[in-house]
Amino acid sequence: MIRFIARRLGQAAVIVAIVAAITFALIHLAPGDPFSAVLDNPNVSEKVRETLRAQYGLDRPLPEQFVRYIGALARGEMGWSFSHDLPVREVLATALPNTLLLMGVALVASFALGIIVALVQVARRGSIIDNVLGAISLFFFSMPDFWLAILALLALTYWLPIFPVGGAVDPVMHEYLGLGGRIVDRLKHLVLPALTLTLLASASVARYQRAALLDVLPADYIRTARLKGLTEKEILRRHALRNALLPIITLIGLSFPALLTGAFFIERIFAWPGMGYAVVNAIGTRDYPLVVGGVIIGSIMVTLGSLLADLLYAWADPRLRSH
Amino acid sequence: MASPLLSIRDLRTYFYTESGVAKAVDGVSFDIGAGETVGIVGESGCGKSVTALSILRLIQPPGRIEAGSRIDFEGKDLVTLPDEEMRNIRGNRISMIFQEPMSALNPVFTVGDQVAEVARIHAGIGRKKSWELAVETLALTGIPAPEERAKQYPHQLSGGMRQRVLIAMALIMKPALIIADEPTTALDVTIQAQILDLLVHLQKEFGTSILMITHDLGVIAETTSRVIVMYAGEIVEEASVTELFARPHHPYTEGLMHSMPHIGHDQERLNVIPGTVPSPTNWPHGCRFRERCPYSWDLPEREHPPLYDVGAGHTSRCHLAREPQRRNHPHEPLVVQEGVGAA
Ligand SMILES: Nc1ncnc2c1ncn2[C@@H]1O[C@H](COP(=O)(O)OP(=O)(O)OP(=O)(O)O)[C@@H](O)[C@H]1O
Ligand code: SF4
Ligand SMILES: [Mg+2]
Repeated sequence: MIRFIARRLGQAAVIVAIVAAITFALIHLAPGDPFSAVLDNPNVSEKVRETLRAQYGLDRPLPEQFVRYIGALARGEMGWSFSHDLPVREVLATALPNTLLLMGVALVASFALGIIVALVQVARRGSIIDNVLGAISLFFFSMPDFWLAILALLALTYWLPIFPVGGAVDPVMHEYLGLGGRIVDRLKHLVLPALTLTLLASASVARYQRAALLDVLPADYIRTARLKGLTEKEILRRHALRNALLPIITLIGLSFPALLTGAFFIERIFAWPGMGYAVVNAIGTRDYPLVVGGVIIGSIMVTLGSLLADLLYAWADPRLRSH
Repeated sequence: MASPLLSIRDLRTYFYTESGVAKAVDGVSFDIGAGETVGIVGESGCGKSVTALSILRLIQPPGRIEAGSRIDFEGKDLVTLPDEEMRNIRGNRISMIFQEPMSALNPVFTVGDQVAEVARIHAGIGRKKSWELAVETLALTGIPAPEERAKQYPHQLSGGMRQRVLIAMALIMKPALIIADEPTTALDVTIQAQILDLLVHLQKEFGTSILMITHDLGVIAETTSRVIVMYAGEIVEEASVTELFARPHHPYTEGLMHSMPHIGHDQERLNVIPGTVPSPTNWPHGCRFRERCPYSWDLPEREHPPLYDVGAGHTSRCHLAREPQRRNHPHEPLVVQEGVGAA
């Protein structure tokens, strides 16, 4: 088991390095740099820009920049964010918890919701309820992220102004609230982005879980369970679900990238101050170090997520546990 | 005779498939007495498993037990019994053992838990008590070190051990009837004999009735006292085991006996009944065995044979009961030699 984890961590490191290199190359090959885009001030002379570029090493050949960057990474440095005027590490350290909160809530809620929907569907397979839930899942499944986010925003902040428009907390009032008030304020801001992300993710969970349950039902051990005198509900909840959860655990690992990109879009629309928000803005301002730093953290999250899913799978399936 | 434990009358189980109505079980009637071991034998597809699953009402759509069928068990008609009462019978008063010990156990639970579950459902006892009972029952089936085995998962056990676990599951509530559907087919020969011995032993010890389903007349000879031969969804012959082996009446039964591999005999070729079982969506009219029968004449073609009484509690669905002299003039051999038999 330890060897397996070590090998997977090694693979993860290689993947992250490759992603970092590609991102680094792509963003540097795109026209423009931080000082042509941000410092569009006519008072800033070309000479000053040159000096700035030299100061930040942007006049060096790309491979050299890359090697220097990797060297810095190894020391735990991720460079300087031009647009925030802060170390990249600090910018990401503030943004990461917000993204993790959003993704974590959406991950748990979407799997819980998706699994429950699938159980209800399969318990009444072929009925109107099954078909209606299936149609709703398909609707959310085929809906583009940003489209649902904008709809949710319109519906619940404008037509029915229940929730705040954006941000993680109320920019003015939050400081003046007591502990309870702060928690409520945070929750109120969390609901819309988390709900949007949950609905999007749970649609594929429900579809996948339903198929997995239907796959398991013809198995001989389900017939054995019927023979014992269990009710169909007990059979579904105990015997079928435990087995049908195994492929869903794999789905958790696979859904990480989608959840992360979904979170990026949704953060942008709800002005949720997470990594996605920071990175998307950084692309606009050609803040290379922040973009590359964000992508590296994102790819670490994805690879760790899939490793965790594999470990969970090995734990949940006794046939793999003994090895 | 006291009323039997199980009494099946005119059981019809049909499958409404796209290619037509498959009359898998088509008017089957038989009884099982308390403590009796009855065998059902027949080629693949003749309706043995469907009969067994019908008794427990575990036929899944598109299959259906037709109205007019009766399955009387301990004073209740299982065909019309409410679902909840039927669940009370499954695993409790009637239990079943399948052919596939490999896949019949749930891979994600320990075997002890799966055996104990039956007692939790029916005996209303908690986890600890039911676990102890499960370990005791596993011990009864001859599993060595049952405490340790109970904590293992199915994949950690051999085929024979898994079959013992399934037997323990079937036995834990001391049911009145155990249906064993080809309980040894998937096992190798020495293990087969052990499992059959175990079943016979448990039957004697607890007085449980057993319905032994098999395509192997050898298993029938070793374990049962009365035998039912099925062909094409019907019972074609029924007699005590000694009577059947001494005086088989139906040509199909004769064919089965001739195609039995004889242990000890150096048999180079395996005898088989020529032809194949007809399709259940389209049973031939008249005698269903007609196309494969060496004696067939115009009567079997015209008329579906009833179950004739041929003496000594022996019945046979064959018109030879009416015209026995025809048995002396077969048009063709009853069996053909085909393929090299197992050494
Ligand atoms: N789910 C089903 N759908 C359609 N037809 C079925 C179904 N189950 C069984 N049948 C039909 O019932 C017939 C009898 O099947 P059954 O399983 O009882 O045979 P069997 O005598 O147990 O044979 P075997 O020795 O192969 O187990 C089959 O030929 C098949 O046509
Ligand atoms: S009734 Fe005729 S065809 Fe049918 S089994 Fe008997 S002899 Fe053969
Ligand atoms: Mg069968």
